[in-house]
Amino acid sequence: MQLVEIYFSLLKRDLILAYRKRSELANPVIFFVIITALFPLATGTDKEMLRTLAPGIVWVSALLATLLSLESIFRSDFDDGALEQLILSPWPVSILIIAKITAHWLVTGLPLIIMLGTPVLSLIGSIGVALTVGLRRGGLLMSLLLLPLYIPVLIFGTSAVGDVANGMNITGQLYIMGALLVLALTLSPIASVAALRISLN
Amino acid sequence: MWKFITYLQSAQNFYQFSGKAIPWLGWTALIIILFSLYGGLVTAPADYQQGDAFRIIYVHVPAAWMSLFIYMVMASAGFITLIWRTYSSEVVAAAAAPLGASFTFLALVTGSLWGKPMWGTWWEWSDSRLMSELILLFLYLGFMALQTAIEDRKTAARACAVLALVGVVNIPIIHYSVEWWNTLHQGPTVTKFDKPSIHIDMLIPLLGMAIGFTLYFFSALLARVRCEIISNKQHTDWVKRELT
Repeated sequence: MQLVEIYFSLLKRDLILAYRKRSELANPVIFFVIITALFPLATGTDKEMLRTLAPGIVWVSALLATLLSLESIFRSDFDDGALEQLILSPWPVSILIIAKITAHWLVTGLPLIIMLGTPVLSLIGSIGVALTVGLRRGGLLMSLLLLPLYIPVLIFGTSAVGDVANGMNITGQLYIMGALLVLALTLSPIASVAALRISLN
Repeated sequence: MWKFITYLQSAQNFYQFSGKAIPWLGWTALIIILFSLYGGLVTAPADYQQGDAFRIIYVHVPAAWMSLFIYMVMASAGFITLIWRTYSSEVVAAAAAPLGASFTFLALVTGSLWGKPMWGTWWEWSDSRLMSELILLFLYLGFMALQTAIEDRKTAARACAVLALVGVVNIPIIHYSVEWWNTLHQGPTVTKFDKPSIHIDMLIPLLGMAIGFTLYFFSALLARVRCEIISNKQHTDWVKRELT
């Protein structure tokens, strides 16, 4: 029971912190909209072609928006030392990490598109951030590490969106996305904690 | 066995042992590869469908196997690094990554050369095995990038170990991709439980090439490890004595 309380108190703290910086809240969504709007400008306005490209464009934009917002999971806590206190606390660190990831997803992933894929992006992303948070300029490196790991989500996500648009059944893709989510939810906090401990050293 | 493993934990011992092992591994690899190449390119019968073009498998398939095998070596070394924090496993993981990336690249290039006459295309975006091999190449490159980005060698080794272990998820996906999704790439012909669907005269040179590549990998790995050890321990007395 206590673990649940801990989880929700940390989640509440992170959400309050995000709410206090309201202007930053909208940034990923605006970024997402701009990227999506750039494609018709760059590729021409042929309606048929745009219709076939749309699922891919939506997913790639969502992926980039998540990637750019990922650093905020740990960065500010790392800078002011709160992260070390979290790691030193007597509670299982993976629960705390999941709370932080949930907060990040609620703030950035959920407004983007409500789908099974975005929590997976946040979960896997937390490993990349944890690995590079100690570096001065880890942003580009983090994208290098994370993008290969994102490819499976991208493949199933786009095929699901495409099939929905064509009026086909997507149960299969949803099952696989669900499986990926469960896998990421159970394994990535462990990897993140290990990576954070190394980064904080 | 345990005595030998603990013996290798000292950088000096590892250096001297690998110095002795490299010529053995390297020469055996060369002999086996030459024999298998002769067997594969000259004595093996031509394929009834693909003619002589199939002979590229003697480079392509072993290289693809090595790309997976080296990743597992790297990840196992990473696992050992995280748990026992041994010096030699750190160096082995760091030294294996560029080799693995090269073999993955070789597999992709030879596969593409093979794909042109057989499938009529250099590259097929919808093929699951091509894509997963490409992801593997990116994983290797990410590993190497992280390795160079972190200044402190010990921290770098441990961070890379976590990354390598996360990437292991990809290995079964690559291996089974041709069975899970029906794609252009052909299914496995050798590594399945019932009788391999390849003629014995073709199979023996192929296995020979795989063994030769493995031995070559280990000799190259040990050579890289020796360089790493020298650059890491350049201020110790024994390295100074060794180099003068």
